[in-house]
Amino acid sequence: MFRNMYDTDVTVWSPEGRLLQVEYAMESVKQGSACIALRSSTHSVLGALKRSVSELSSHQQKILEIDDHLGIGIAGLTADARTLAKWMRNECLNHKYVYGTSMPTGRLATDLADRHQRTTQTYVRRPYGVGLLLASFDKNGPHVFETCPSGNVYECYATAIGARSQSGRTYLEKHYESFPTCSKDDLIMHALRALVGCVAGDGELTKENGSVAVVGKDEKFTLIEGDELQPYLDRLELEGGNNNGGGGGEEEKDDDDEEEDEAKEEDAMET
Amino acid sequence: MSLSLQSGGSSSRVSASSFSATGTGIVAAANAAGNQVTTRPITTGTSVLGIKYRNGVMLAADTLVSYGSLAKYKNARRLLPVNSRTLIGASGEYSDLQSISDLLIANALEDRCTADSLYEEDNTNEECAKEVWSYLRAVMYQRRNKMNPLWNDVIVAGFQQNPDGSTSDTPFLGTVDKIGTAYEDDMLATGFGGYIALPLMREKYRPDMEEGEARALLEDCLRILFYRDCRALNRVQIAKVTKEGGVLVSEPYELDTFWDYKGYVSTKAGMGTDGGW
Repeated sequence: MFRNMYDTDVTVWSPEGRLLQVEYAMESVKQGSACIALRSSTHSVLGALKRSVSELSSHQQKILEIDDHLGIGIAGLTADARTLAKWMRNECLNHKYVYGTSMPTGRLATDLADRHQRTTQTYVRRPYGVGLLLASFDKNGPHVFETCPSGNVYECYATAIGARSQSGRTYLEKHYESFPTCSKDDLIMHALRALVGCVAGDGELTKENGSVAVVGKDEKFTLIEGDELQPYLDRLELEGGNNNGGGGGEEEKDDDDEEEDEAKEEDAMET
Repeated sequence: MSLSLQSGGSSSRVSASSFSATGTGIVAAANAAGNQVTTRPITTGTSVLGIKYRNGVMLAADTLVSYGSLAKYKNARRLLPVNSRTLIGASGEYSDLQSISDLLIANALEDRCTADSLYEEDNTNEECAKEVWSYLRAVMYQRRNKMNPLWNDVIVAGFQQNPDGSTSDTPFLGTVDKIGTAYEDDMLATGFGGYIALPLMREKYRPDMEEGEARALLEDCLRILFYRDCRALNRVQIAKVTKEGGVLVSEPYELDTFWDYKGYVSTKAGMGTDGGW
């Protein structure tokens, strides 16, 4: 860890024009377990790797439903994400009460980014240590948005955040052009294949640590976990894909800028 | 154009007539916080009519804004587009209508400037009529709960929206009153028109009416309102929303009226009645 005389407060600039506290918060997103999102022309899909603090504990929830048409995947501090999720659910309910329709994703994403940004400019605050992926289907179709602690917001065809997410991103970058015409199941398979690349070391994507959610036209936000996920994992197995080291991981070979994340101690706060 | 042919006038507009009776009545009262709130309207517009027809929705209203019983402004527009596919019309306090219109237009501008999607070219961020109507309902209800209502009965016209954001073929017509009561119907009328015009519209309405028929019906209703409503005028506007053409509001124009009925022409004296209508 590098200590710096300009990193004691979030509102203090470093001479290089950086806000180090904000960058540290961004780092906390990179330590969280991977989360990916992608969309076709009819569906949006979230995928995440769940962590558990010990063999005896349950896995920490990574995908949260916000409304019938919208959900989030999180990487970073879970507690921060819960606060934000509560606020987002409230915003969606308010919108439904006032306008009688569901919240447009873009508006929620920018409002969320504004919330992130506010903490980077206010004394005695700290940035939210969490990155969020929003996946939705609203009146303008399917959407995927990414927000990060710095207050930036990006709309994407597909994206990945969290530990080892670069290999997932590489997979998505390679295949995103085929996503628009994908069926719901195909999109889920793409999500799983991208996730497999993000599994640590000799680990495996299982129905316990995998988590997928899908939302689409006339289809409410649905979480697919545990036994419901198994058929998809079986399909992945059939392709020979569920093995982090080889098999379906052929895409990960061209990881020109793979992150250094060997010494990632699994912090209980982060998922 | 003669405005005071009849004495008496509508008893339905209690607040307006009591205002004119007392001259400079107290128009505002203090609420608990010591702020002044509206307790009666000052400058008022009368009825607004709305009807669905085969491929659109049509609104009609006259252009008179009264100051009590005085016909103060005779070219005031009470049918206002709030975005490219939504139209509102309101009776009641005219300044409150201006305020509502400003609010809705500001919201529409914000919607245009904060695009939801960076990718879709024709991204329809714009609120559909139903959203405008629902939003107005929330605003009106909130204001009445603050004991400071916006003194209007508003009619919102436009089109329903498909779940995918495209404009559907189904027209939308809804109303919100000054206490936040909101409902939809195939034909609506506010103010005095609720008593005089609405029964006529119900009688003549067909879902497959052509635009011309709808317009003729509304003009007839406006004419009848002009005859019977002392706060009405024969200078009117008609506005429509169609799926293809969006919102279209006519310039004010005058309706032909016919005053040669025997009852109008001959004096009442000596007819063996009490001289009233």
